[in-house]
Amino acid sequence: MLEAPAIAALTILVLALFVGVEVISKVPPLLHTPLMSGSNAISGITVVGAIMLSGSENNPLATWLGFAAVVFATVNVVGGFLVTNRMLAMFKKNPKSDK
Amino acid sequence: MSTTLIQLAYLVASVLFILGLRNLSSPRTASLGNQMAAMGMLIAIVATLLVQGVVDYPVVIAGLVVGSLIGAVAASRIQMTDMPQMVALLNGFGGAASVLVAGAEVSSRITAGELPTGIVPAAIVASALIGGLTLTGSLIAFAKLQEWMRGAPIQYPAQQYVNASIALVTLAACVALAMAPLDLQLFGILTALALLLGILLVIPIGGADMPVVIALLNSYSGLAACATGFVLDNSALVISGSLVGASGLILTKIMCDAMNRSLGNVLFGAFGAQSAVASVSADGSDQGTPTAYTPIDAAVIFSNARSVIVVPGYGMAVAQAQHAVRELTDTLAANGMEVNFAIHPVAGRMPGHMNVLLAEADVPYERLVEMDEINPQFPETDVVLVIGANDVVNPAAREDEGSPIYGMPVLEVDRAQHVFVIKRSMNPGFAGIQNPLFFKENTMMIFGDAKKVVIELNDAVKNY
Repeated sequence: MLEAPAIAALTILVLALFVGVEVISKVPPLLHTPLMSGSNAISGITVVGAIMLSGSENNPLATWLGFAAVVFATVNVVGGFLVTNRMLAMFKKNPKSDK
Repeated sequence: MSTTLIQLAYLVASVLFILGLRNLSSPRTASLGNQMAAMGMLIAIVATLLVQGVVDYPVVIAGLVVGSLIGAVAASRIQMTDMPQMVALLNGFGGAASVLVAGAEVSSRITAGELPTGIVPAAIVASALIGGLTLTGSLIAFAKLQEWMRGAPIQYPAQQYVNASIALVTLAACVALAMAPLDLQLFGILTALALLLGILLVIPIGGADMPVVIALLNSYSGLAACATGFVLDNSALVISGSLVGASGLILTKIMCDAMNRSLGNVLFGAFGAQSAVASVSADGSDQGTPTAYTPIDAAVIFSNARSVIVVPGYGMAVAQAQHAVRELTDTLAANGMEVNFAIHPVAGRMPGHMNVLLAEADVPYERLVEMDEINPQFPETDVVLVIGANDVVNPAAREDEGSPIYGMPVLEVDRAQHVFVIKRSMNPGFAGIQNPLFFKENTMMIFGDAKKVVIELNDAVKNY
């Protein structure tokens, strides 16, 4: 049988999936591209695990795998949020305001 | 920093992610939402840096700096037309990070002699499998979108059997690794198989199907992060990963519905078969040659029009014509015409592609109208201008039961008074399906590069 922490994590997973479906369903097609790049940046949360593994006392292999993971995940986070920000700044309501 | 405080920081970060995504429900609050999510990420990263176990700061900081530089340069340099490639690449990086973290954790546990129990072995397997598949699948999607590879489906004899055999071998490797989760060699083998599978699954998929593929890979990158969360017993990863997984799956479903394909159909890789049907029908009977018109001819029609709907497609993106299109619509609006844009969900190469391009060109977003809302307006519309779109305006989807795209929801442009189609040539689109729209009585073709034609059309309308 699964132990308590695994059950807790599964519970979180299922509830988060429901929240995800509820929240994302309300995003209009207009914003689907920023949604993808923004949610992509959020999936860069793996950086947290990567920091712990590369930064703690560890064997060299784990440290370097962790280091590579930090780089990839940070590209994801920084690139994702910045490019989303750039895109969202372009969506304007009034055509005359910026001319 | 104590474990409790870290957990609380992760909870705050998760709440900010959810609020951030919720603010994406309106273009007015979307920027704020993105900033909230970024703030959540910052909190999570800072909290983690303060964990007692983190001692080797030079390595961590170096990784963060290198990653930030690459990310910032890419995000500021990328052209809006290339956004699908950017998202594909970011999906891949997310997958790569998950595999690497899982590998590092396995290696670290071997040294510490901590045998994983409960759900962790399965999570290690899932991280390697989904992460690896996401990495190479995304790289192939990137190569196709960047045109480093040809966009058409790549097929070879017995492809389905080859894929099925490799999938079976991969499944066996999954089971083996789940039973011996601390076997680093086995982990490497499974990762290699997942990488191979990612390539094989995406190469038979054509360019026009990329919106589905990118949305699905988006979902996978989230699910990979989620699996890694189980490996590390980290709730922040589980929550964020499942949010992104859900988001990608919803987008995948929307894209599938817009192409009239089932989600199961996509997941189990029937793309190859679909494309085969499509290429057969391309050799079908020719319906004659449509007459080519000039922008001057079009200007005459436009001069009598009151309402105009522009239908953009991938051709507009390729020609970088979005700014020219906006200038044309400004001229039309100045002449008293009502101008709207009809956006098909799968126009372009990723969900929302056309909206971003037109927003970049300063088209106000109220003018970008979704398919279901604008379809009833076509019969009352004087002129429709189709720019580089093909399958999404194909009336065969409504009329021809033999067509491979029969049943796909399309923009009903042929119901308008006049339809102008700007197209580079008479070559059928990516799906290889003939388009009867081009041969209808009320359709006039203007051949040429989208940007060039739109600029000429703008001049012609101004000087009429």
